[in-house]
Amino acid sequence: MASETGKTPRTVALFATCLADLVRPSVAFASVRLLEAAGCRVDVPAAQTCCGQPAYNSGDRKHAARIARRTVRAFRGYEWIVVPSGSCAGMLRRHYADLLGDDEGFGERVWELTSFLVDVCGFQDVRARWPMTAVYHDSCAGLRELGVKDQPRALLAMVEGLELAELPDAEVCCGFGGTFCVKYPDISTAMVRDKAAAVKSSGAGALLAGDLGCLMNMAGRLSREGSPVEVRHVAEVLAGMADEVPPL
Amino acid sequence: MSFAGPANFRVSAARALADEPLQRELARFSQGFQVRRVEAAGRLPEFEALRDRARDIKNHCLAHLDFYLERFEENCRAAGGEVHWCATAEDARQAILAICRRLGAKTMAKGKSMVSEEIGLNEFLAEEGVRAVETDLGEYILQLRGESPSHIVAPAIHVATEQWTEAFRAAHTDRPADRSLSDGSEIMAEARAVLREQFLGADVGLTGANFLIAETGSSVIFTNEGNGDLSQTLPRAHIVIAGIEKVIPTLEDLSVFMRVLPRSATGQELTVYTTLSTGPRRAGDLDGPEEYHVVLLDNGRADMLGGEFQDMLRCIRCAACMNACPVYRQIGGHAYGWVYPGPMGAVLTPGLRGVEEAGHLPNASTFCGKCEEVCPVRIPLPRMMRHWREREFARRLSPAKFRYGLGLWAFFAARPALYRPFASLAARVLGRGRPWKRLPLAGGWTGTRDFPASEGRSFMSLWRAGRRR
Repeated sequence: MASETGKTPRTVALFATCLADLVRPSVAFASVRLLEAAGCRVDVPAAQTCCGQPAYNSGDRKHAARIARRTVRAFRGYEWIVVPSGSCAGMLRRHYADLLGDDEGFGERVWELTSFLVDVCGFQDVRARWPMTAVYHDSCAGLRELGVKDQPRALLAMVEGLELAELPDAEVCCGFGGTFCVKYPDISTAMVRDKAAAVKSSGAGALLAGDLGCLMNMAGRLSREGSPVEVRHVAEVLAGMADEVPPL
Repeated sequence: MSFAGPANFRVSAARALADEPLQRELARFSQGFQVRRVEAAGRLPEFEALRDRARDIKNHCLAHLDFYLERFEENCRAAGGEVHWCATAEDARQAILAICRRLGAKTMAKGKSMVSEEIGLNEFLAEEGVRAVETDLGEYILQLRGESPSHIVAPAIHVATEQWTEAFRAAHTDRPADRSLSDGSEIMAEARAVLREQFLGADVGLTGANFLIAETGSSVIFTNEGNGDLSQTLPRAHIVIAGIEKVIPTLEDLSVFMRVLPRSATGQELTVYTTLSTGPRRAGDLDGPEEYHVVLLDNGRADMLGGEFQDMLRCIRCAACMNACPVYRQIGGHAYGWVYPGPMGAVLTPGLRGVEEAGHLPNASTFCGKCEEVCPVRIPLPRMMRHWREREFARRLSPAKFRYGLGLWAFFAARPALYRPFASLAARVLGRGRPWKRLPLAGGWTGTRDFPASEGRSFMSLWRAGRRR
């Protein structure tokens, strides 16, 4: 095996996520760049779409299971499956087994990007420079389903010129919640308004997180409030792409 | 207590969001119990292990509920108490009324009891000519204001200090109008004086129970004000009302919950009073009621046994979940429309009232998982909310537009070859240099926030074209 001999690189399959595919390919490209820097060979299986969470969390198990089976098939044979989202990674890692009864060991092969880089690869070689003061929002699923908390911070600490400031209530939900944000827009807005206020109070110039859903929600609110705070996925910063692509 | 259905939820949530005094109280509340819970848990190294133990005790009880309930009944009777098995709220109301009637009771002093709210006891007794007086400070102010609790531990958490003052001045007209009544201690002193008379004058006393102990037939309350003790010892009869899931095997087990519940609820190491009641006054006792009754209420709980909602019956009503819930933090408890708000209510209410009436509650969650993180008996609340959504979906109770939209999306998502060109097209349509201020069919989003523009091409199409960045 690649990982045992240390000679041939680990082959990793990237699950890009439907939001990165649709709205922010930069996140997927940044993930590829980071994984390659960590010594991996990256495949992007063509038969991937969405993790199925919208159906699963809406109580539509039948369709969710259909999508889950399709995803498991698309990633068959890969020992490492990496996802630049705590929420989608949590769905693949923790919930497919519930949905399919038996996920054939699929879940334990799935990793959230920053957790894979730190916990599996021991990646130390972040070569990015970004003179900025930023805050980090802990997205709920990554934090509570996968224990992603220190990994993105450890990686960001290696970015030259970047200072991470404290975000008050960093672990409080931003109000996205998938379909929640359009089913209960009033409540969702109140939550993201609080988040935007916390970001502004921190005085940081940028807001980072590891989940595009939350990022789009927070970016959308900050932009509506006319805030100049830059909102970015953590992978873009780590891959040194913050100067290449505009913020969300 | 009547139930406000789904249509009302949006309206009351919107009203709560616009209610400035309420928002001020909720902001203060969010910095209170939740913070103290973390501190209290941090001071007890074995806290996490105790949570596991508490969960295991409850699971064991639920697996042998019939046995422990009968054991409780037997030991309660042996101590001179009486047990009333009540399948429905109506059965429980009638059982309590029958006791009042037999004793010729006209007044009842009440300690705090959410189950009494569940069966709408006060309104019912009032119609039957029995006046129930709430003696918990929070419940008392709600009674004066004609409101229901908005929180299961701190029922008047939504009431601002100036509203307390106002209600006291309006109700206690026999006191000097120019008295000072501006801070907590003055309000408390006045409430104490007024309520003292109620305890002394009450014909019967009623309390809830945090736990029922099978091996001794005792009921237990954890309280802070002492009103529960007065309500149950001074009147002629003490009536306990409790859900059937409250029974635990032994006093040893109680010691686990004594360490877990107050820390989870208010961040206290113990509540000020932990009161065990076993039967009525015995010969030689200095005080205590002449009669001791336990009204055991099912009201839908037994139906939750043995299915995917059984774990909910572990709930010890500490309110840690609502203290930590970001949705409760925004809308408060009244918006949930019935007795039990927050995450535990979002799971329990559909269980007790039916998913037709309450299916919207488990939908009003972002699944952030904070509730499960703090639950002392580790109830997987988000998972159970999802199960309710599944029931709702299976019975086609969710809006048709939503279901068809979801079905259409799922059709494509399960067919990558069809999905890819569709995503590619959508990425082009959504692509431009600045965020969208408005998008068709997405008013729920763009009404209050911009929608970030797409980068113009889908990742999969770029990747297939060999593009690397």
